[in-house]
Amino acid sequence: MSEAKKKIIDRLQKDILLWEGYKPPSSGRYEPLGLGPLENAFPNGVFPKNSVHEVVCADKEQAAASGGLVSGILSLLLQPGGVCVWIGQAKRYAPALASFGILPHRVIFISLRKDGDALWVMEEALKCPGLTAVICETKALDFKQSQRLQRAVEHSRVTGFVLRNASGKLSSTACAARWQVRPLPSTDLGGLPGLGFLRWQVNLLKVRNGQTGNWILEWQEGRFVLAGEKIILAERQVG
Amino acid sequence: MEKRYMAIWFRHLLTDGLARQRPELRNIPFVLAAPVKNKIIITASGILAEREGAFTGMAVADARAAFDELVVIDEVPGQAAKLLRLIGLGCIRYTPIVSLDLPDGLLLNISGCAHLWGGERGYLKEIVLKLRDAGFDVRAAIADTPGTAWAVSRFAAKHPIIPSDAEATALANLPPVALRLETEVLEKLQKLGFRTIAPLLELKRPMLRRRFGDGLLLRIDQALGREEEYSEVLVPPVPYTERLPCLEPIRTAPGIEIAIEKLLTALCLRLSAEGKGVRKAILKCHRIDGKKVQTGITTTKGSHSVSHLIKLFQLQVSKIEPALGIELFVLEANRVEDMETVQEQIWAEAKGLADTALAELLDRIAGKVGADAIKRYLPSENHWPERSFRLATSLTEEPQAEWPELPRPISLLAVPEPIEVMALVPDHPPKVFVHKGKRHTVAKADGPERIGREW
Repeated sequence: MSEAKKKIIDRLQKDILLWEGYKPPSSGRYEPLGLGPLENAFPNGVFPKNSVHEVVCADKEQAAASGGLVSGILSLLLQPGGVCVWIGQAKRYAPALASFGILPHRVIFISLRKDGDALWVMEEALKCPGLTAVICETKALDFKQSQRLQRAVEHSRVTGFVLRNASGKLSSTACAARWQVRPLPSTDLGGLPGLGFLRWQVNLLKVRNGQTGNWILEWQEGRFVLAGEKIILAERQVG
Repeated sequence: MEKRYMAIWFRHLLTDGLARQRPELRNIPFVLAAPVKNKIIITASGILAEREGAFTGMAVADARAAFDELVVIDEVPGQAAKLLRLIGLGCIRYTPIVSLDLPDGLLLNISGCAHLWGGERGYLKEIVLKLRDAGFDVRAAIADTPGTAWAVSRFAAKHPIIPSDAEATALANLPPVALRLETEVLEKLQKLGFRTIAPLLELKRPMLRRRFGDGLLLRIDQALGREEEYSEVLVPPVPYTERLPCLEPIRTAPGIEIAIEKLLTALCLRLSAEGKGVRKAILKCHRIDGKKVQTGITTTKGSHSVSHLIKLFQLQVSKIEPALGIELFVLEANRVEDMETVQEQIWAEAKGLADTALAELLDRIAGKVGADAIKRYLPSENHWPERSFRLATSLTEEPQAEWPELPRPISLLAVPEPIEVMALVPDHPPKVFVHKGKRHTVAKADGPERIGREW
């Protein structure tokens, strides 16, 4: 391929991204969310905040792990002091979110039985610009519903997460990314007893205009760290 | 604006009411009676019984002596108030301010209402004829004061409508009883030869006070409008109310929505001028079949924004059953609160719990799925995990304590399930646990965590 053609293709790709609503970070204002190398999988290397992310869970273990990972991302999103709505059927224990660095009183829990109600509430919540993020646990999400959610999000710039609890056959959706999170046993901390850091295997099954991939993430002291690289703690007190 | 009152007198309230319930009594002379001091006394007498000489206050035995076919029915206590209340509620179509005037009357504040029925004469005729059609023998009068209206309705034979400032002339020829006086004062007046009110009005006030007490002066002042008279209103009017009568009955959802929008626009204009916001509103729909359907909304934060409130009502429209059609919509703001005036922002950047958009969102959700589905938690100073949080009472309530940062599960089982645990050494973490018949080996464990007691 000639140099000129490559340039044209590059420019076209950038234009397409722009038309689809992915603005490149203006110079000097690039703020990584804190997901490490995982963020490079997204277009322009920025975690798309104003879109809906879909997290699929095949079983209860994956659902629990997804809840953990989303809580972690949530704590990064809520950092400047936002409010979040958590829609679901399961009983949630609010104080647990504090261990992820989220102030649980800034999360509004809405417990609903029906999937239809949950999606209605999610759509209404996504339209509300006063929120930072909306998390919804639901069983089914078809293409039409995901399109409605995505459209709602484009105006308000709220981040949406759909946790699909029991997923049979996965249909295509209009979400920006499809995640799958599996729990992993933690490694030991240099021979110290007890549990290590929380650890997940994160799969990005689909990323619109981005690359899919597979990472192992750990939650260490309030941030995500790619497994393998260890942050050096000055002194960790035990006991 | 000058006040006008209408007094309605039910001459045979209890007997008419009973005859309405039991049509077989309509053409027979009957009385209601109750025992008083070992005697059965007539407490109410129908018009036919009065013709036969059976009057209220007579002993039944005496009345029977004169007319032995008299039907006597036991009186039910409290019936008069019940009947008057029902009739009074029916009168609300003529004026919103109706009060009971026990034992046998109603008092209507008709200021500014009569012109809708073509003047006071037409108004009076309409009410009296309606009540007579219903079988009640009534007389009514209109005057500037409740006292004069009362007197004229009961004691004047002609001219039931007293023009303004003519109370004294209207009362002049009536007996002193028309002033609603106590029995002792009345007896004294009778002894002294006062047959009409006119000479009482000419006497000097100190003289009257010395002989008859303050009661008489108060009654005279009330009748002449020098003293205000207050009475308890049957249905207290809601201060923030809007009414929308419709020419044609409304039957469709878009029609109802248009009606709600009109009402809300008027209400919100008034509320925003006074710096108030709705917390609770009720829409009452009067249908042409005489039934009333109503639906209500509540908000988490006072609001006078039409666009928001209409969204809340739109969720309720499907619950309104219009049947043959709705002829009158009444919107009442039952609870309002003062609103903080928010400076308008060019960039609505501030996110947080105080955000109006968030409060409006929660109102909409509460309207659709119920307010008890929405929960927000605040920390509570207790070491026990199940007591370490409490429900927030309002959207903007801030925590009084710090959240404990301890490892806890995010999800809980709806109902706790038992597990069987086995530890190798007592006080050591368990090695194996069995849940639902499945064996799980514990690879690693932290703890134990010591949970402190309460104070």
